[in-house]
Amino acid sequence: MAQSLDKDTLARAAIGAPGPQRGTLGRRVRNTFTAYGFLGPAMGLVLFFFVIPGILLVVLSLTDLSSANFSDPWTFIGLDNFERLFADPFFPKILRNTVFYVFTTLIFFNLGLALVLALVTTNIPRRSGFFFRLIWLLPRLTPSVVYILMWKRIGQADPFGIYNQLFPEFLGASGGNLFLGGSPWTFVILTNGFVGASFGMIIFTSALESIPKDLITAAKVDGANVWRIIRDIKLPMIKWPLLFIATYQTLSLLTSFEYILLLTEGGPGLFTTEVWALTAYKRAFASYFGNSQWAFGATWAIVLVTVALLLAVIYVKLFKFNELIEEPRIENL
Amino acid sequence: MRVEIENLSKSWDGVIGADNITIDIPDGDMVAFLGPSGCGKTTTLLMVAGIYKPTGGTISFDGRVVNEVAPKDRGIGMVFQSYALYPHMSVFGNISYPLRLQKLDKGDIKQKVQKVADMMGIGDLLDRKIAQLSGGQQQRVSLGRALVKEPQLLLFDEPLSNLDARLRLTMRGEIKRLQKDLGITSIYVTHDQIEAMTMADRIAVMSKGVLQAYDVPEALYDRPKTLFVAGFVGNPPMNFFDVEIMSTNGEFRARSEAIDLVIPRDRAEKAAAVKGKITMGLRPEDVTFADESSSAGAGLTLTGVAEVVEPLGREDLVGVSINGVEMRVLVDKTKGVRVGNNITLVVNTSKLQLFDPETEQSLLWA
Repeated sequence: MAQSLDKDTLARAAIGAPGPQRGTLGRRVRNTFTAYGFLGPAMGLVLFFFVIPGILLVVLSLTDLSSANFSDPWTFIGLDNFERLFADPFFPKILRNTVFYVFTTLIFFNLGLALVLALVTTNIPRRSGFFFRLIWLLPRLTPSVVYILMWKRIGQADPFGIYNQLFPEFLGASGGNLFLGGSPWTFVILTNGFVGASFGMIIFTSALESIPKDLITAAKVDGANVWRIIRDIKLPMIKWPLLFIATYQTLSLLTSFEYILLLTEGGPGLFTTEVWALTAYKRAFASYFGNSQWAFGATWAIVLVTVALLLAVIYVKLFKFNELIEEPRIENL
Repeated sequence: MRVEIENLSKSWDGVIGADNITIDIPDGDMVAFLGPSGCGKTTTLLMVAGIYKPTGGTISFDGRVVNEVAPKDRGIGMVFQSYALYPHMSVFGNISYPLRLQKLDKGDIKQKVQKVADMMGIGDLLDRKIAQLSGGQQQRVSLGRALVKEPQLLLFDEPLSNLDARLRLTMRGEIKRLQKDLGITSIYVTHDQIEAMTMADRIAVMSKGVLQAYDVPEALYDRPKTLFVAGFVGNPPMNFFDVEIMSTNGEFRARSEAIDLVIPRDRAEKAAAVKGKITMGLRPEDVTFADESSSAGAGLTLTGVAEVVEPLGREDLVGVSINGVEMRVLVDKTKGVRVGNNITLVVNTSKLQLFDPETEQSLLWA
């Protein structure tokens, strides 16, 4: 063993480069095991929490299982559930609602407000910036149900909501019907967006703070004003965090429904604020007549998962995330 | 452009970065700010650049106070130790950035960038990404970016510290030649006294936020006004001894338990006012190796034992123990000094420096 370690091998080992192709079978087997050993834990998580539930969901969506017949053997009914889904008169509305909810919240809050907060709090004295971000994080530390119910108490229509009770004629004379009564979408998106922005804020802040100070000094000397520094230096330098947050939050908003469930239950009226994930939940667990249509709910869910997967692939390709993985190279000065 | 810095101060919550600094830089000169880390040289530079706001004093360009002028309107170019190149832009993108901010015509920009790049010897690299360049090339891009907008004042913040030794030597010469050719007033921040000595017309030596001396390099070397300047300027550094000046039979002697030297009257008399111990400084090269034929008079020699010998190529740097007191001397390597040798040194006493140990001020060059 020892005598076969020539200088070349040592050099490759030192930089972690792959060895020559003349390795013995035993060594190759060992290398493979090592690779899978490192990948194992992550693959296990994906398998147990994504692949297996996904398969169960597909199987379930092909049955007619509900709380009415759960003691009977499963009956497979082919694609009937899917036909029912796409024939649903409210299907287009739910789809529109979902796209509206996801991208409005994403652009104005999870990306937009987050970026503004990060840019502002990194441009004021450090201590104040830190304090301000801490305040903005407080709702994250509150159980989301408590946070949502607090806003609900504030935003409900007169006589239930605090705001509308106190100021029925203020802000556009809404007749005590501002927020949840008058503009439920705005209220839902605001409530969710204020919390949602804090995640991006933290990521963007650390990315902005890791930009070398010299670069900003250089840009100032070169003649850039605040806006040009943000546009030409800061934004390009935090490109990857921006793309990551865009991708992650799109997918996470697609599946989020607890804010809408607790604030409006999809209302007021018919499906006004109902999104896809909420429909899946309601069909499966919260039918009016006490009949939980598990299989039909699973059908809504599996369509959502498929859309999310496609979106994920599109994001990865569109944003060229593979460029993040670079071949290691030794700097020669 | 003439740059006048007057009583300039900067402090943060009681921490003093620069304290009452006054420096007058004539048009076309290159001035080095020299000092160890944390001495305030970069703080002062950033105030000249307009990045830091002074807490006191003024900075004037050609007689116009610029304290309130934004960096972009100061007509300055800056080169950084870290190069501070924009990594997401190409070489062309980096050099053209100041011109693009001025919204110049595209053709003009292209022409100016090409001219500067050719001057810097990177004319064929304009399409490259920054990450594809070597350190030396990156520093040239950085220099090009600073020069392309034809600044009135160039600011260098330790521009060569990240380069390897050989490249540093080359770039040192290039920057100096470029600066003289273009005649742009320059400030050069460095902790390397050789860089400061070789490149600058005048050097501002700083320590702990205070300007210690501002003079031409030779003056700092031959007539250091403070103990700090004497110790910081010159490599290998000056040797210091605690001595007492005594006058016997019309001769002045510098004496301690280890040393007894006759010193010149003109120097000694200036030190006479100080009672008790004073600090005597002696540069390693102001000592010659005495062989048998030398006829140095009594009182001009020191004898000791060589304890460390460091060959520097042309000379040997020898650490000599003189009755227990350490002294570094430069000696001709042909003398072949070995560790343990007993050696006799002839001191060029006309070059020695005398300082008041309390005030750390020179007794010779007030």
